[in-house]
Amino acid sequence: MKANMVEALNRGLHEAMEADDRVVVLGEDVAKTGGVFRVTAGLQDRFGEERVVDTPLAEAGIIGTAIGMAVYGLLPVTEMQFDAFTYPGFEQIVVHAARYAWRSKGELPASIVVRIPYGGGVRMPELHSDSPEALFAHVPGLKVVCPSIPEDARTMILAAIEDPDPVIFMEPKKVYRASRVEIPDDPPFPLGNGYGVYNEYLSKARVAREGRNLAIISYGATVPICLQAAERLSSERGVESTVLDLRSLFPLDVEAIERVARSCGRALVVHEAPRSGGLGAEVSSLIHERCMLDLEAPVGRVAGFDVPFPQFANEDDYLPSVDRVLLGATRVLDF
Amino acid sequence: MTEPLRIVGDGRDLPDGRVPDGLADKDLIELFRWLVLLRTFDERAVALQRQGRIGTYALYWGEEATQAGALYACDESDWVFPSYRQNAIGILRGVPASTVLAWWRGYGGRQGFWNPRDHRVGPICVPIATHLPHAVGVAWAAKIRKDPVASLAWFGDGATSEGDFHEGMNFASVFKTATVFFCVNNQWAISTPLSKQMATATIAEKAVAYGMPGVRIDGFDPLACYQATREALDRGRNGGGPTLIEAYCYRIGAHGTADDPRLYRDEAEIEKWKPLEPVSRFGGYLRRQGILDDAAEEQMRAEAKDTIAEAVKEMEAIEQPGLEILFDPVYASGRPWMFEEGLAELESVERAEAVKPIGPPTSSGAGEEGKTI
Repeated sequence: MKANMVEALNRGLHEAMEADDRVVVLGEDVAKTGGVFRVTAGLQDRFGEERVVDTPLAEAGIIGTAIGMAVYGLLPVTEMQFDAFTYPGFEQIVVHAARYAWRSKGELPASIVVRIPYGGGVRMPELHSDSPEALFAHVPGLKVVCPSIPEDARTMILAAIEDPDPVIFMEPKKVYRASRVEIPDDPPFPLGNGYGVYNEYLSKARVAREGRNLAIISYGATVPICLQAAERLSSERGVESTVLDLRSLFPLDVEAIERVARSCGRALVVHEAPRSGGLGAEVSSLIHERCMLDLEAPVGRVAGFDVPFPQFANEDDYLPSVDRVLLGATRVLDF
Repeated sequence: MTEPLRIVGDGRDLPDGRVPDGLADKDLIELFRWLVLLRTFDERAVALQRQGRIGTYALYWGEEATQAGALYACDESDWVFPSYRQNAIGILRGVPASTVLAWWRGYGGRQGFWNPRDHRVGPICVPIATHLPHAVGVAWAAKIRKDPVASLAWFGDGATSEGDFHEGMNFASVFKTATVFFCVNNQWAISTPLSKQMATATIAEKAVAYGMPGVRIDGFDPLACYQATREALDRGRNGGGPTLIEAYCYRIGAHGTADDPRLYRDEAEIEKWKPLEPVSRFGGYLRRQGILDDAAEEQMRAEAKDTIAEAVKEMEAIEQPGLEILFDPVYASGRPWMFEEGLAELESVERAEAVKPIGPPTSSGAGEEGKTI
């Protein structure tokens, strides 16, 4: 079947709720309207008002009650309507969701999924375009993942729901409807079989393009930008790039990162979140620590700037563009 | 302002009320035993802190009725969520007292934590009011699963200023969950008095804003705590939604062993409240009912003392956990790769001095010298 990312996520949620009646969906406007992005469309009609719930407008309440539900034995999937709307729920994520396993001898993790449509490029008002993933990747006890293509979105939402640990599920809204592509008819793994079957989808990076001269490492909405830049590097300079889609932001797939950095000898990390203290710093540091003698140049970074995400008239100045990725690549290639 | 519900008199000015329905003599004795056990634990824990055998401790001297009375009203399958002030509530539900003491001694893992599902007792919650939405989530999930399970969360007067109090109350009333919000109004949030915490005359009236009943009771009265909680649970289980209970009392002790209330309140005020404390008061009530005498109480106290003494022994027999304790319980799905690196790093150096068991307090620890009771 063909699906864009919204449809793929929707399909995954239908499959998870069908397979396991412990799965419930909570969020603002997720039921009757199917969510502001329609990711949860049709779920309430199919699974009823008790399992698909329009909540009051209170993110700490949504995440806090979801934690209680998980403690009792349900598998809640919560939606934060927009990236920056997660901040009121931040405390519940950090002090409880991330710590319930630790606080219960590892026996009672807060098995919740926090879905966060994030990032810019869709012409939204203030605080609808943030990229807060590094905040969560810095909190021990959480898993943080981010698909960039429809097939991964469907697979990873299923895996996140099955995983016993709390998962922060970043959804790059700029590519929500970017393309409708073929995804498999059947779920990627047997549902309801517990941990192990699906783990690779929450911890392994994906090679989106292979080349031997430059490793471009990214995730989310900047992956297609990196692929376009890689095409231009190939046609204009004869430089062949590997593009690595991280998918998991915590834990990082250090083996894949090391492999592509070592084989290319040059690496560039690209993300739209602010540069300082971002995932790019972590990836760059890992490469320098592990592959120093294989490197021909310092690892480069192309990222958002250390400023508030601009009003949307200027968002294209802020977001990493193909030209900025090419500039970053040139610096690494010509070092 | 409504007079708080009171059943247990003081043998002088306050008259005795009748025993709540459903409580036989043996229940009253068992409830008294719970009060004595909690009191014994608390006094012993303060002493252990003074001796340097546990770390900073948040005492609850005088608040035993709010804990034992409310818990006695719960069914075994109901979930309760304590704040740090109700840290020992689990010992009435089968959590070993040594585990609670070990938590205060700085142990984690299987030494200092329990699995909440085993006892339907949430973990000791440190961040204020953040456990209230969890209690709501539990009762909500039970409702979805058609289980007759209710939940209760304890919190203080200061917690009513936090957003999670309001979000929890609102969710509970919107989704009609069987949740009891049990506010122990001891009138002090460390040094901040009730008058600086809120502008309302009572806490119970905050329930009006959420369309739920708000009940005001004497927090030093175990039978009032029992009766109000039982009514709230029954209402909740029958689809009537949540209830806010304000247990009006006074924080007779310090906030914790590192706190010195002489810095911010008139100690004379304590003398006014102390005669109303629940253990001696309920003991008097049971004597007037003719179901308790000095010998029975003495035996109960001796048994409680033995139980806690045994727990102290068990706590002190715990060996310093190995390095794995840092990493192993963090993810239920196993160790991410960097945990192995962390372990390897620790194993390749001499173990730090600071992780050895705590010793006696030093004379320079000024805050630790503060008066408690």
